[in-house]
Order: sequence, then structure tokens, then C-alpha cells
Amino acid sequence: MSTSLSPAPGSAPLTRMVTAQALMETRLLLRNGEQLLLAVVIPLLVLVAGRQAGSLLDIGAGRRIDVLTPGVLALAVMSTSFTSVAIATGFERRYGVLKRLGASPLPRSGLLAGKLAAVLLVEALQLAILCSVAAGLGWRPSGGISAVLGVLLLVLLGSAAFASLALLMAGALRAEATLAAANLVYLMLLVAGGIVVPLARYPESVSAHLELLPSGALGQGLRDVLSGSGPGLLHVVVLLAWTIIGTSLAVRTFRWE
Amino acid sequence: MTYGEVIAVDRLDLEVAEGTVTAVLGPNGAGKTTTVETCEGYRRPQAGTVRVLGLDPRRERRRLGSRVGVMLQNGGSWSGVRAAEMLRHIAALHAHPLDVSLLIERLGLGSCGRTPYRRLSGGQQQRLGLAMAVVGRPELVFLDEPTAGLDPQARHNAWDLVRELRDGGVTVVLTTHYMDEVEHLADQVHVIDHGRLVASGSPATLAARGSENTIRLRARPGLDLAGLVRALPAGAHAQEVAPGSYVVSGKVDPQALATLTAWCAAEGLLPESLHVERRTLEDVFLDLTGRELRP
Ligand SMILES: Nc1ncnc2c1ncn2[C@@H]1O[C@H](COP(=O)(O)OP(=O)(O)OP(=O)(O)O)[C@@H](O)[C@H]1O
Ligand SMILES: [Mg+2]
Repeated sequence: MSTSLSPAPGSAPLTRMVTAQALMETRLLLRNGEQLLLAVVIPLLVLVAGRQAGSLLDIGAGRRIDVLTPGVLALAVMSTSFTSVAIATGFERRYGVLKRLGASPLPRSGLLAGKLAAVLLVEALQLAILCSVAAGLGWRPSGGISAVLGVLLLVLLGSAAFASLALLMAGALRAEATLAAANLVYLMLLVAGGIVVPLARYPESVSAHLELLPSGALGQGLRDVLSGSGPGLLHVVVLLAWTIIGTSLAVRTFRWE
Repeated sequence: MTYGEVIAVDRLDLEVAEGTVTAVLGPNGAGKTTTVETCEGYRRPQAGTVRVLGLDPRRERRRLGSRVGVMLQNGGSWSGVRAAEMLRHIAALHAHPLDVSLLIERLGLGSCGRTPYRRLSGGQQQRLGLAMAVVGRPELVFLDEPTAGLDPQARHNAWDLVRELRDGGVTVVLTTHYMDEVEHLADQVHVIDHGRLVASGSPATLAARGSENTIRLRARPGLDLAGLVRALPAGAHAQEVAPGSYVVSGKVDPQALATLTAWCAAEGLLPESLHVERRTLEDVFLDLTGRELRP
């Protein structure tokens, strides 16, 4: 092997690097048991339990499964793009992975692109599972092709918003603090963030504020779209605004080591 | 280069020649990692200039990413990633990487290729780090304590790899605490302490510094050394350092040795042992950096 140790430096093409990074991060996300619990098991539980526990969880008029499913999809998106990204990135920072990759040919933009692609891949799997189960439980979304486009837009924007907030958190706190805070925020938003329970069920003074949260905007946006009324401009703007705020703060405060 | 109040590296002036192995030697906290990481672009010096392959390691980091291989003092891998998977990933970021399976075999990682990083032993993690530094076929590698925690076999294996890299035309900069590593491997060694350069040269010239050898002799205690002291050439002295243990130091040359043995003959003395001790690099290192323990 002595001759092959001679130098032959060079970066792989950007697309190959980003693909490698995305697949790597996807595998690591899927390998992580606790995160899978958050990503699939809890949304499934909410879906199944919520359909039955009518008196406990008042989600208002309409067929329960049709009201419940969009919120559960939003919850799944949040679990991956926020909680998983925050925790994974926190530990990447702690274990020097980001540092080591910083000395590789992969540029930071490529690293971020790989991360986002991994998030979208995992979400595609989650949504496929949850939609099939919901359909089996009698879910009948309305809105046709425009609903599908609306879902794609909202999921993309919601993922960007949550992921930028996740990076903001992971880039500033220690890994353990990120772990705790990311799970806490997930729980709080699940219970009171307007993600699963329709905003109309909250007192009016509260629901107006919840609609400005990424969780409320994504949850309500998906409920609107999947009941055939197209994404509201407000929800799109809210998610965009969070993405811009999260990204610009994260860029300024993120510590790579 | 300072961290708050701590001056980690102070006016260090080093140059590394292409195609050589350069060792940076120094006690704990001397500033080795700081120096190397400044060259890798991780740290911004408060003053001074750093050029790596003619480029600014911070501003032109992207261009160096493919040309420079890096082994961090620790970490650098996901905790759940498998050893071979990690190496394959770094390889995928480069245009003409080494054959990953060959490299894994070469470093004796074959049996743990599927083991998650967090379950690898310290030495296995260290070897993976070394593999990650070279898999992209860089022109220049920075290895921060590449053999820390390796068993003797793995250490020799790593040395062989470093020599092959150099013979292949790669420039190697490594940090170490081990003198034998420097003597076996380095073309050039820089000793730093408290962030400053205290000595530079080839291992041989450094070891020869001062060239103060000693002769140790064991014999019955309480010998009268007056005759010997008078007979020794100027600049050499003899004394009993412990009962029965005698040392001739100072200017120890063949003449001094002949004088000593002649004196033994005259005294009718057959020493239990007699050693000529050349100063090792370790002695030089301890002289240069002091013997007290570092924080
Ligand atoms: N991030 C940091 N913040 C504050 N002080 C630091 C930091 N990194 C290093 N130091 C200090 O700078 C000095 C040099 O540290 P450095 O890690 O460069 O030493 P070293 O020669 O690599 O030591 P070792 O042989 O133990 O690895 C030490 O006093 C250390 O405590
Ligand atoms: Mg160090």
C-alpha cells in the first residue's frame, strides 16, 4: 500500500458530499431509539387515543379523525425538525463532530443542507406511516391536489422554522441542557401549543397568540389545508418569520465547538 | 494566542518543510494543541500570521479542507456511528480517497468495523482518528497525539504509517510526549513550553546538546576518590552520590574513561558495574522544560 499513501487531495462534488451527509444523518436519526419514540410512537398514541377519548380531549366539531390527523402530522414534523435536530446537533457539538467536519471538504452550507435533507427524509417516512394508519382509522382528507401542495409547503416551512430554532438552541446551550430543553419544549407545545388541539378550542385571547407560534401556525395550517380551505397567508407568514428570526440569530450565536 | 488571561502560545515562530515529519514536543499544557489547532483554522490568533500551504487557515479554510488531514486530540465522531461507517463517510467527502477496507485492515480495525464509536476502546478510537486524517489523501496532516493510548504494536504500526506517508510525499506535523516517538519518527523536533519555543533541531542534534555524558560505577562504599579526582582531565569530576554508587560527570570523554579504569587497576578494584550513559532526548527534554509536574 506504500504507493497509494501518496497525496491525491480533492473534494468530492458538492452533491455527493451533501447526499453522503444526508444519508448519514438519516441513518443516525433512525438508529436512535428514544427519538423514534418521539417521532412515531407518541404521534400514533395521540392519534389512536385521541380518537377514542372523546370526553377527555375536546377537539370540536367535525369527524374526530379528520380534525386529529393534521395535528398529529404537525406533531411528527415538530418532533423531528425541532427535538431531534436540537438534540443531535447538541451532541455533535459536544463530541467534536462539527469540529471535525469543519476540517473536511464539506462546507457549512453543505452540512446544513445535509441536515435539512435528512430531516425531510425522516419526515417523509413518519408522514407515510401516520397517514396510512389514519386512513385505516377512517381519515378522509379533502382538498385534492391543492391540499397536497399546501401540506408540502407547510411541512417545508415548518421544518425550516423548527430546525432553525433547534440550531439556535443547540448552538448556545450545553448538550445536556439542550436535551432537557428540547424535550420540555416539545411537551409544552404538544399540550398547549395549538399543535393538536384546534385553535378554536382555546379561549379567544389565547388562540390569537398561539397562531403566532410555529406550532400553532403549522398545526392550524395543516388542519385548514386538509379540510379543503388552502393554507392561510397568516400561517405561511408566521412560519417564514420564525425561520428568518431563528436563522439570523443562530448564525450569530452558534458556537461550533 | 490567549484564552482570557492564559497566554497559551506566545510568539511562536515555526516553519515546517514539505515532505518531512515534524514533531511538536512539550509537557501538558505547553500549547501544542493550541498551536496545531491554530494551523487547522480552529483558533484565531490575537497577533501574528499563520500560513498553511501558503493559505490563511481561517479565511481560506474551504480550500484547505481537501488538502489537509486532521486528527483531533479526542472526539470527532458521532457516538452511535460504526467505525467503518465513519471512515467511509469521511472518504465520501474526498475526490480520491484511500480504499477504506484496506485502511481498516492496515490499522487493525477489521474486527471492530461494525462497532459503534462509543463502544470502541480508547486505542481503537485513536486509530480511527488517525485513519480519518489520512483517508482523504491529504498533502499535509496534523496529528494531535496520534499514539496516545496505543499499545506497543499499534504504536509501531502507526509509526510505519507515518513513515509511509512521508515516503509518499506527505508532510506530517504531529504532537507527542514520547521521546522514543520523536527519535524514531521525526526529521525535525520543536520543543515548546509555556507557549514558547525552547529548542529546535533534528532529534540527534537535540540529544547531543551539551553532550554531557556520565559514567556510573558501583563498588564497595567509602572509596577514597582523591587520587581519581586529581588524575581526571580538567572538567570532569567524580563523587559518591549514594553509598557504593559513584558518578563521573562533566567532560566525560574516552580519556576520562581510561583514567577511571587505570585508577581502578591501581586500587585493585573490580567494579560491580560500570556504565557509560549518554544523555537521552528525555534528559534534554527534562532539562529544557524542568522537572516539576504541570497543572
Ligand atoms: N479553550 C480553552 N479555554 C481556556 N484555556 C485553554 C483552552 N484551551 C487550552 N487552554 C489553556 O491553554 C494552555 C495550552 O493548552 P493546550 O491544549 O494547547 O496544551 P497541550 O500542549 O496540547 O497540552 P496536552 O499535552 O495536555 O494536550 C493550557 O494552559 C490550557 O489550560
Ligand atoms: Mg494537547
